[in-house]
Amino acid sequence: MNQSTNATTSAKQNKDGGQPRLSLLARRRQDQVAGRTFFFFSLIPILLAGFIIAMLVIRSAPIFQAHSWWDLLTGQVWDPDKGLFGFLPFIMGTVWVTFFGLLLAVPPCLLTAIFLSEYASRRLRALMKPLLDLLAAIPPVVYGVWGVIAVVPLVEDWIIPFTRQYLKNVPFLYSDNPTGYSILAGALVLAVMIMPFIISVIYEVMHNIPSGLKQASLALGTTRWQTIRYVVIPQARAGIIAAIVLGASRALGETIAVLMVVGNVAQMPHSLLDTAYPLPALIANKYGDMMSVPLYDSALLSVALILLVMILSFNIGSTLVLRRVLKDWV
Amino acid sequence: MKKRWHRRHIAEAIIQTLMLLSFGLVAGSLALILWTILSRGLPALSWEMISQPPASGYYMGGGGGILNAILGSLYMAGAGTLIAFLLGLPIALYLETYLVDSNWGQIVRLCLDVLWGIPSIVYGVFGFGIMLALGLRASMLGGIIVLALLELPIMTRAMDEVIRMTPRDLKQAALALGSTRFEVAIRIVTRQMLPGIITASLLAFGRGIGDAASVLFTAGYTDRMPSSLLRPVASLPLAIFFQLSTPFPEVRQRAYAAALILTIIVLAISLGSRWLSSRLSKFIVK
Repeated sequence: MNQSTNATTSAKQNKDGGQPRLSLLARRRQDQVAGRTFFFFSLIPILLAGFIIAMLVIRSAPIFQAHSWWDLLTGQVWDPDKGLFGFLPFIMGTVWVTFFGLLLAVPPCLLTAIFLSEYASRRLRALMKPLLDLLAAIPPVVYGVWGVIAVVPLVEDWIIPFTRQYLKNVPFLYSDNPTGYSILAGALVLAVMIMPFIISVIYEVMHNIPSGLKQASLALGTTRWQTIRYVVIPQARAGIIAAIVLGASRALGETIAVLMVVGNVAQMPHSLLDTAYPLPALIANKYGDMMSVPLYDSALLSVALILLVMILSFNIGSTLVLRRVLKDWV
Repeated sequence: MKKRWHRRHIAEAIIQTLMLLSFGLVAGSLALILWTILSRGLPALSWEMISQPPASGYYMGGGGGILNAILGSLYMAGAGTLIAFLLGLPIALYLETYLVDSNWGQIVRLCLDVLWGIPSIVYGVFGFGIMLALGLRASMLGGIIVLALLELPIMTRAMDEVIRMTPRDLKQAALALGSTRFEVAIRIVTRQMLPGIITASLLAFGRGIGDAASVLFTAGYTDRMPSSLLRPVASLPLAIFFQLSTPFPEVRQRAYAAALILTIIVLAISLGSRWLSSRLSKFIVK
């Protein structure tokens, strides 16, 4: 015992490295202490996730006590001064913008990912990775500025007059919205924002498919597209769906870029060219100046909770699928 | 027989055209965004904007610049990245040395994924709620803490992914020679992941400096230069957002210039981290 403590304290200098050489016991002790310290650090993510969810649940409890959750989720009137908190227009706003954003983003994403993994030369592939990183690095607010400068005028000056003239009777396309601030503008900005993200995940999934499978198919004399159609896509299906769902979870929570271009009028959307008011935009605009009205604070936190529940169910589901898909093949 | 032969080749040609078109669409949209920001921002950009805080009447077209927001963003994202790094590095090391193939490691990873999926507006709401409970007002400290929390999962996951690329043999060789797991973590993994650490930190910094929704409530906004941790502080994304929502064309012009400044910062960071990590990766064992 005495000897061991002695050895711990008298650390000898190493000849070449200059670092102290510890006894075996001291090193084992060091290993254990470090392990315990690391363990406490690893609690941080778990506690943080728990705290965030717990805080939203606790703080949004009052509104769920005052109103039934069914009334809140299906109520169409938002008038906090009269105590009316209907979330439906905001939920539908988020759903519309996200759905159409995905609809616009998925086909080019899928094609680009297939192109990159099955057709592109090594050099083009090496070029595309930094390009996608750059697109992903551009901050949301810059996408928003681009939306205001380029996308909103495009919708206002070209698309709306066109649909008024020629597509009057097509459902989802007629609107009396006089400006370009619309669901379509939000969906376009969102689509460009999530494209790099979806492309890289689908690319990774396809890249992980064993090349033996593709070669076997090509050896039978198929064209490349036939191989992709009948071998690659069926193999990658789960991963592709997970990538799209993961993209949706990103899109649902996008705040500032969408807020800048969708118009923020609380109404039930009926057309692509209507304005909308998504959930994150509601929080960003109202949280902070809601102190005096009763239950307002709780209502906004429950909006955040609803948003979080939507996002996490998408996110966790797709993460688990992707994890299994990518692990199976590696 | 002959017809089938034709059809599949036509399909091949059609699909290849579509692929090239969508590839062009993705590359083109990046070019379009950069060109829009550059062509609108550059004419409005001036030395005054970068070197001065707003003067009186700035939001109605008066003089001054947005130095307060540039510095505020750099301070907050810098300090937030530092905190996220100090918390994230031990977690990443722990996952890859002590927790290889363990259930606890899977749980920690899942939680990091969950945190990574939580949108920044929810971090902002959470941070502001905590600050209200503690009786704090919007301040630089609040902004730093929220950005640190936002960046933590990004940084940790990025580092975790880099460490996983470390050859297993290297770790196993060290363990076989009698190293403890801690020594493997400090002497081998840390050295191997140096390029990854830099990439992860710069990635997180870029995300932090560009995020508006999280600092909206927690850091507030002010026209003064950042001076104290306990005072509100301006940030670049919010400066862009607020200036763009004014009705004055001169002020909106400045929003474009501010967006250009933010884009330049973020792209420089992104390209810089790529360059640095390729320079440094010659020092690691592959």
